[in-house]
Order: sequence, then C-alpha cells, then structure tokens
Amino acid sequence: MELLVASAIGLITAVGVYLILQQWTFPIVVGLTLLSYAVNIFLFAAGRLAVNQPPILTGADAYADPLPQALVLTAIVISFGMTALIVVLALRGFLETETDSADIPPDDLKADKR
Amino acid sequence: MTAGFTTDWVIAPAILPAMTAALLIVAWRRDIQMQRIVSVISAVALLGIALFLFDLASDGTVRAYRVGAWPAPFGIVLVLDRLSALMLLLAAGLALTVLVYALAGWDKRGRHFHALFHFQLLGLNGAFLTGDIFNLFVFFEVMLIASYGLMLHGAGARRLRAGFQYVAINLVASTLFLIAVGLIYGITGTLNMADLAQKVPQVTAGNEALLKTGAILLFLVFAIKAAFVPLHWWLPATYAAASAPVAALFAIMTKVGAYAIIRIFGTIFGDGAGALANMVIPWILPAALLTLAVGTIGLLASRRLLDLAAFSIVASMGTLLIAISLFDVDGLTTALYYLVHSTLTGAALFLIVDLISERRGETLDWLVPANPISQAPILGTLFFLIALGVVGLPPLSGFIGKLMVLDATYETRHVWLIWALVLVSSLMMTISFARAGSVVFWKIDGRTTGATWATAAIAPMAAVAVLVTASAALSVFAGPAVEVFHATAVQALDPAGYIDAVLTSQPAAQPTGQ
Repeated sequence: MELLVASAIGLITAVGVYLILQQWTFPIVVGLTLLSYAVNIFLFAAGRLAVNQPPILTGADAYADPLPQALVLTAIVISFGMTALIVVLALRGFLETETDSADIPPDDLKADKR
Repeated sequence: MTAGFTTDWVIAPAILPAMTAALLIVAWRRDIQMQRIVSVISAVALLGIALFLFDLASDGTVRAYRVGAWPAPFGIVLVLDRLSALMLLLAAGLALTVLVYALAGWDKRGRHFHALFHFQLLGLNGAFLTGDIFNLFVFFEVMLIASYGLMLHGAGARRLRAGFQYVAINLVASTLFLIAVGLIYGITGTLNMADLAQKVPQVTAGNEALLKTGAILLFLVFAIKAAFVPLHWWLPATYAAASAPVAALFAIMTKVGAYAIIRIFGTIFGDGAGALANMVIPWILPAALLTLAVGTIGLLASRRLLDLAAFSIVASMGTLLIAISLFDVDGLTTALYYLVHSTLTGAALFLIVDLISERRGETLDWLVPANPISQAPILGTLFFLIALGVVGLPPLSGFIGKLMVLDATYETRHVWLIWALVLVSSLMMTISFARAGSVVFWKIDGRTTGATWATAAIAPMAAVAVLVTASAALSVFAGPAVEVFHATAVQALDPAGYIDAVLTSQPAAQPTGQ
C-alpha cells in the first residue's frame, strides 16, 4: 500500500507541476487542482497509513490519528475556495482580453511609451 | 484573575478585525459612509490595543493565550512576545495611515474595500501571534485571500492578469507549505512551535533528512513571501498593478515572510536544534545579496515610478535579509530596525507615487516629460524625503539602518562583498531616484489646466507626511528604538522563555465546562 500511495502522490504531483508550467490559464488551474489533491493525500500519509483503525474516542491502544484528518479538511476547504477564485479570475481575464494566456498583456506595459 | 484578564487581550488583535469585517459586510454593505466610520474606529481601536500589548510585552515576559483553554500542545496557542508585539504595532500603525489615505476615494472604486482591509489585518495579526505552524498556514491563507480581493480592487485587464499570476504563485506556495507541514508532523508528531523546539533535537538520525526537507520547504515558502531572488518575480508585477493603498499595505506582507523566518528558524531550528541547528542560515546571505543586486538593477531599469517603488521593495528586502543572515543578536537588532524603516518608507513611496501620477493626467507615472503638476513644492519635498529614506541618506532612518547593516557585518567573512554591494547599490539607487525626481518635477513641458490642477485634498498628503514623520522619528529616537529592538532580538533568539510560557507554566489541565 505504501508503494501505491507514494507513487500515486508522485504521479499526481508530477502531472500538476507539468501543467502549471504551461502558458495558458486553463492547464494552470487544472495543475493547481491536481497539486492540491496530491497534497491532501500526502497529509493523510503523514499520519501513517493504517486501515481499519478506530477513532480516538474509544480509548483503544491504536487509533486513527485525528490531526491529519483535521489538517486535510482545512486544506480541502481552502484549496476549494482558492480554485473557485482562480477560475473566476481566469474567466474574467479571458473575457476582458479575449485570450487565455497567463502572461500580463504587453500592450498595457507599452501603452504610454513615447 | 487579573493576570488571566490581561493575557486574554492577546487574542484581541485577531478578533477585532474579524468582527469588524463581518459587521461591515452584513450591516453596511452598500453604505460607504458608515463603512468608513466603522472602519476607521476599528483601526484606531486596533492601534490602541497594539500599543497596549506592546507596552505589556515590553516587560520581557512571554504570554500565551490558549484558545478554548485547551492545554498546549493540543490546542492552539497565541503567543505575545516582544517580536510579535512589535509587528502588531507596525501593522496597526501602517493600516490606520493607509486607511486614511484610501478614504480620499480609492475605497469607492470597488466594493467591500473596508471589509477586505480588515480581513487582511486579521490574517496579518494572526500570523504574528500564532504559536502553531498549521495555524500559521491558516492565517497566511486568510491574509492571502483578503489580499487577492484587495489586489483586484478596481479591476482592469492588467490587474486581472497580474492577479492571476499572484494567486497562482501563492497557491503553489501554499501547496509547498502543506507538504512541509505534513513532513514535520509526520516526523515529530506535533505542530506547536514550542513543542517542536523541544522535539526537533531528539529526532533520530534516520528521520533527520525528512525533517530537514520539511524545514527547507518551509523556508522556501517564506522566501516566496519575502520575495527572495529568484522567487521574487511575482512582486514587481503585483505591486505595480495593485491600487496604491493596497500596495502600501502590501509593504508589510513581504515582512511577514521575514518575520516567519526569524520566528521559525530562531525558535525551532535555532542553536538548540541539535543536528538541524541553523541549517538554512547559510542560504540566506547569497539570496540576500542577489536580491539586493536584482532590486537595484530593476530600479535602474525602471521606466515608471511604480516599477521604481516595487523594485525598491525588492532591494530593501535584500538589505533586510543581509542583516537576518547573520542570525545573531546584532544582526537581528539591525534587521528589526531596517524592517520597521523599510515598511514605513516603502508604503510612503507607493502613496506618493499615486499622488504624483493622479496629477499627471494621461502620462500617469511614466518617466517622461509631462505637464507640471499641482502642489509640486509639497509633493516634491515629500518625494525627496522619502527617496532619501529609501536610498539610505541622512537624515531619515534609512541612513541609520544601512549604517547598522554595515556595522553588524563588519566582522563577518564576506564583509568586502557585503559592503561593496550595499554601498554600490545605494549609489545606484540614488541615481535612479534622482533621475526619476528630476524628470517628474523639473522636465516639464506645457501647462496643466483644469481638473488635474485643482485636486487638493489634505488627508492623503497628511497620511504620507505621517509615514515620513514616523521614519524621521525612528531616526531621531534611534537610541531608545535600538534598545527595544535589541531586547526583542535577544528574546527571539532565546527560545527557552517561549517554550516555558507555552508548555510549562500553564494552568493544570482541567476538564472544561463539563
């Protein structure tokens, strides 16, 4: 299971990194989303991989570590909100400049050059 | 009873802006007048609280507030020591000044300026107070989310694009932060800074590499926030695209990165961290020198006043990091002095640039000959004074700051390199500011008439003047100020008091409310 989880995290991260290096906003947004998925699984793994463990309430000797779950929950909420925001930003940018490029429009920079 | 009561005030700088922001959205979302009144009252109150806490912390004890009375390290703690109190005071003072500036009209150009402004303060204050790494992440996010909103305030295609890049880069930084948090938690089983300071030295040799990776990732995140070269690319575009009061408030955001480096790598990975002690310190100096060099080159190449202001922030971060890279008491004393100075002058620079460019009509802030501007004597004087401060010429605080940097690095191994770079860059900065000032104020053609000539609001100029006065005061009262910074540096580098306040001297864990 360690190998499976570790390679999955590695693969998703690699794809995410590849995508955020693209020129267009859409692949960047997808890449950021994939990165946040990879991080969420990674955070779970930080609490050690264990199956069929009871929650901490029961007083058992071995229990599922609750803290990574709390961390993941927070991370999901934040990354979800951020993804929504960046999608809106990309969309507004596309509608105003009619291009999906993530670059700052050069025309604006040179507009007043005399 | 009374002791507990004063400690409870530690959480006030986080609660007040949070309540204010929520109230502004719920109660007066369309009433800009009420928003302004409430916003200013809240900012004044925040400054009062920050002053009170600063006075409280100046007795040298570290106070820990346990949220929900949960015993550390299980619950979240907010910790007030000299360093966090100093940062709180700086943030509150800057916020009030910038807010007064924004009242002249910037806050009407988009919706919810005041609510976002207070959310930003919540994130800043929380980041300064928290004693828990994950909590630091959350407050960073609060700060960033608000800053996304503020950055886009007023919209426009260019701002949207710069905003997209800013959000994307910070999302990547947040991802790195979470990976670092996961690694650190996976190895040590705790995220409480005081607890970590105790557990890190006990890490077994097999786990050292992983923990080190985590710590370096954390450093990388703070380096992105602090705009270390080569992680600074987001800064000039973002700051130049943001509206003036927002850019001025952002002047403290880079300092949050510097603060986090001092806090985390002073408390957790400091001298007492065993095998991992001071491991990132050797990385700071090369990055700092590069940052200063790139900032200076950017200044020389600026064709707009806004670029000038943005790159002067990069250059000032370089100087600040040179001081931090020493990581001893003298170095940190210098760093704190320079931090306060560069926040004040950096913010003032963005505001004066805005005042100038709104008087120049279509030429805006481009460094080309244009019509004369109204109130040129006052604005020119202010610009001149701020430039003196930024460049580091007497009589403002920049001179003393740079002198302290040179003095603190005198006995280090790379003294020649540092001195040469700091001095040459100061000369180059002088040249760029002299060039910019002479183009804007002296190379004039034609006459300005009409509306742009008539603009004369007192409040924005007073706000800039207050920042300049603060910088001057930092220069005049340099002696007492340095004493305070020295005590702060001593406390920041000695984690024993911090650990004791958070972990040891807590009331016996009692079941709450049941």
